[in-house]
Amino acid sequence: MASYSVLAVAAILFTLGLIGVLTRRNVIFILISVEVMLNAAGLAFVAAGARWGQPDGQVMFLFILAMAASEVSVGLALVMQVYHQHKTLDVTRLNVLKDDIDIQEIKVQ
Amino acid sequence: MHQTLSLIPALPLAGFLILSLLGRRLPNRLVALIGAGVISAAAIIAIWLGISFLQAPPDSGAYSVELWRWMSVANFNCSFSLHVDALSLVFVFVITFVGALIHIYSAGFMKHDRDYARFFASMNLFVCAMLLLVMADNLVLLYLGWEGVGLCSYLLIGFWYETTANVQAANKAFYITRVGDTAMAIGFFLLFRELGTLDIPAIQKLAPEHFTSGSPIITAIALLLLAGGMGKSAQVPLQTWLPDAMAGPSPVSALIHAATMVTAGVYLVARMHVLFQLSPLVMSITAVIGALTLFIAGCSAMVQTDIKRILAYSTISQVGYMFLALGVGAWSAGVFHFFTHAFFKALLFLAAGAVIESLHHEHGIFKMGGLKNKMPLVFYTFLAGAAALAALPLITAGFFSKDQVLWYALSANGGNPLLWIVALLGAFITAFYTTRLMLVVFWGTEKTHVGELPGRLMTLPLVILAILSICAGFIEWPHNMLHITLFSDLVQKVLPPVVEAEPVPSEALFQLIAVVATFSGVFVGYLLYRKNTSIIESWKQTPAMVWLRDFFYTGWKFDELYNILFVRPFVFITQLNKQDVIDKIYAGIVSLFQRLNGIFSVSQDGSVRTYVIGVLIGIIFILALQLIL
Amino acid sequence: MNYLFYISSVVAIVATIMVITRYHPVHALLYLVVSFLAVSMIFLSLGAPFVAILEIILYAGAIIVLFIFVVMMLNIGSEAAAQEKQWIKTQTWAGPTILTAILLAELLVLMIRGDSTTITDQSVPIKQISFSLYKEYIIAVELVGFLLMAGIVGAAHIGRHKKRYLHRFLREKEERESVKL
Repeated sequence: MASYSVLAVAAILFTLGLIGVLTRRNVIFILISVEVMLNAAGLAFVAAGARWGQPDGQVMFLFILAMAASEVSVGLALVMQVYHQHKTLDVTRLNVLKDDIDIQEIKVQ
Repeated sequence: MHQTLSLIPALPLAGFLILSLLGRRLPNRLVALIGAGVISAAAIIAIWLGISFLQAPPDSGAYSVELWRWMSVANFNCSFSLHVDALSLVFVFVITFVGALIHIYSAGFMKHDRDYARFFASMNLFVCAMLLLVMADNLVLLYLGWEGVGLCSYLLIGFWYETTANVQAANKAFYITRVGDTAMAIGFFLLFRELGTLDIPAIQKLAPEHFTSGSPIITAIALLLLAGGMGKSAQVPLQTWLPDAMAGPSPVSALIHAATMVTAGVYLVARMHVLFQLSPLVMSITAVIGALTLFIAGCSAMVQTDIKRILAYSTISQVGYMFLALGVGAWSAGVFHFFTHAFFKALLFLAAGAVIESLHHEHGIFKMGGLKNKMPLVFYTFLAGAAALAALPLITAGFFSKDQVLWYALSANGGNPLLWIVALLGAFITAFYTTRLMLVVFWGTEKTHVGELPGRLMTLPLVILAILSICAGFIEWPHNMLHITLFSDLVQKVLPPVVEAEPVPSEALFQLIAVVATFSGVFVGYLLYRKNTSIIESWKQTPAMVWLRDFFYTGWKFDELYNILFVRPFVFITQLNKQDVIDKIYAGIVSLFQRLNGIFSVSQDGSVRTYVIGVLIGIIFILALQLIL
Repeated sequence: MNYLFYISSVVAIVATIMVITRYHPVHALLYLVVSFLAVSMIFLSLGAPFVAILEIILYAGAIIVLFIFVVMMLNIGSEAAAQEKQWIKTQTWAGPTILTAILLAELLVLMIRGDSTTITDQSVPIKQISFSLYKEYIIAVELVGFLLMAGIVGAAHIGRHKKRYLHRFLREKEERESVKL
């Protein structure tokens, strides 16, 4: 098969994951979608490695795997903590970082 | 020898450091001991150094020591080196010796002041900076001392900073001397561009080879250096700061006028005499400025009523004599006048300080009077100083130096009868206002009750200075009287001898004229202020005389002139720009960013999804660019 | 082998679409397993059996299990699914989907434009991968070690079921406010 067809599959998977991140409000679904995206990125690496017949693509996939594993463990721990603190998993309500400063207050005379 | 040399400026510096860091915790007695002690130690070292210099002059004509390399950039090298030749030696001696006496006096004078330590710290730094100035081996180090002197004068003139007028006087001194300093710095830059070095011995060697006499560049350099000297030495037109500098305590005035600060300009011109000799035009300008200054300041001194202002104007006028001497090429005469002037002017200021202190801070001379019997010691010492200032012949130091200046103003190669006449007029005026000061303050009836008399700490320096004011002149006699020329023998190792014009007129005749001028000054003073005071009263009715008095009193209206020339236009411009046009730009930038902040902070909604969409749009944009390009 | 690739590609894409459209978390996770298995098949067809095995063991095994544990612990099942049903409306997904579609189109255009060669299932020996991993990538391997360490410590620390208040100031503040009320 042509190399671009593999990369096209990776791109499709990646964009599907992205859609998931963007449309879902539940934190768990967002994390799942992120996993999909990471997996797609790994697929692209492996495809590239196969294209050149080099081991580097697969080595990179290993690193992505390790990264995904730690990301998921920390992320899920955060999800649990958030659920305990806020009793919700809705990301639209977890917006404590919102810029609440009123611009009029700091206006220079 | 080398270590001893560096001790002279190092001791006052150490005193300054100790007093400024620990001064508040030390008892006053110890503060005075340190403050006066370091200067006295420096003076003793300086005297010892002078004796060994006279006994066995070094081969190169100077003691020099390189302490460390200061800066080294490309082909510019500047070391922290001290260099003491005969000229520096005279200055070092006067600065340390007179400085030490003033410090001892201050220990008594300032004893009720709560900022005792600050006073002595500043005074020590002042002396240190002045010593660096005169001992510097290169112009950069000289400039360091020069600016240090400026800084310390600012600190000391504004010493009693609670009074606004004092602070304004300090500011004025700082600003006006800054004009000269800037000119001098530009002169140094030009000199460096031309010669590639700022080492004073190197300049003295290179300059005659490099410059042709009277070329525009050397004229410019000499003129700029002269401007620097004029600023510090209070010569017309930069003289206006000195009368106001009286705001400081009396010992400060004594230090500024006698040992440090105002003589810096004289030193600079004498030190750079090689450059000045290459430019006859600037030499004549120097002489003319000196003559002009001595006349203008003398006229102002005649009508002042504040005892310290009289002395301040007299300083300007005496420094004018020094410049006159330097300008006509009588280098050693100029330095000799500095030498004698240091003693009697320090004496006069210290004695005036004693008078003011005893009369409960009364400055006006017409509120004094009859002090002859009340304060005999101050009277006799003041008399000695005043006699030296008026240059009473043969018995005072002032006579010997001023006589030389007068004589060379006429007979030297750069001399000219007109300069001599002005100088003679100056001598007459000096004698007149000195007599007036003496008669009004010490004779007549007592008008203010005399308080506490000065203590022994204050009188001892007065007595020493009084003796020196009488005797210091005996080391150099006019040619036609005695053949004693110790002083000019010493400084002529550094400074060139006077070139006398042909034919030389009869010296004795002109000396006699000068003596007559002096005595007639004294007589006119006696006539107007003692014998027949009704003449003054009648003058007070004449509008012309009143106007003239006012004109002289305000120092020939120089302050008003500068007010119109510089201050008013500046105030006018600032008032035009009251809204601060430039600032509008920055205010505009600020409000622009506030608007943008308002717009973009909408995107900061704390929602992860919005941020991801931002990233997504960015990626789309970049990839689109890649597609298009 | 080409057929294997195309079939598993289609399966992967369809399974992923299902993942992102499910309301119930457990359903989504099951489809995710399918997606991972399909990607693993793609790896095989690309001649990378080693990563194919790892994909199954680590992704489909460990990570999915972790998700399922959390879903169980939080006990979000049908209740969450109902909520998701409410949340997902046309206006919420249409915009992002169009944007992402544009991104996909751009990516595809760029890929087709670039040079393309035929990939065979010429496998890279595992020995070579191991050498490469422990020779030129040794520092990266050690860094990954650090990362995993940090992940473990972080997860253990954050996940600890601890007191309600993160800081005593917050508690004092709340107490003050409750007193006021």
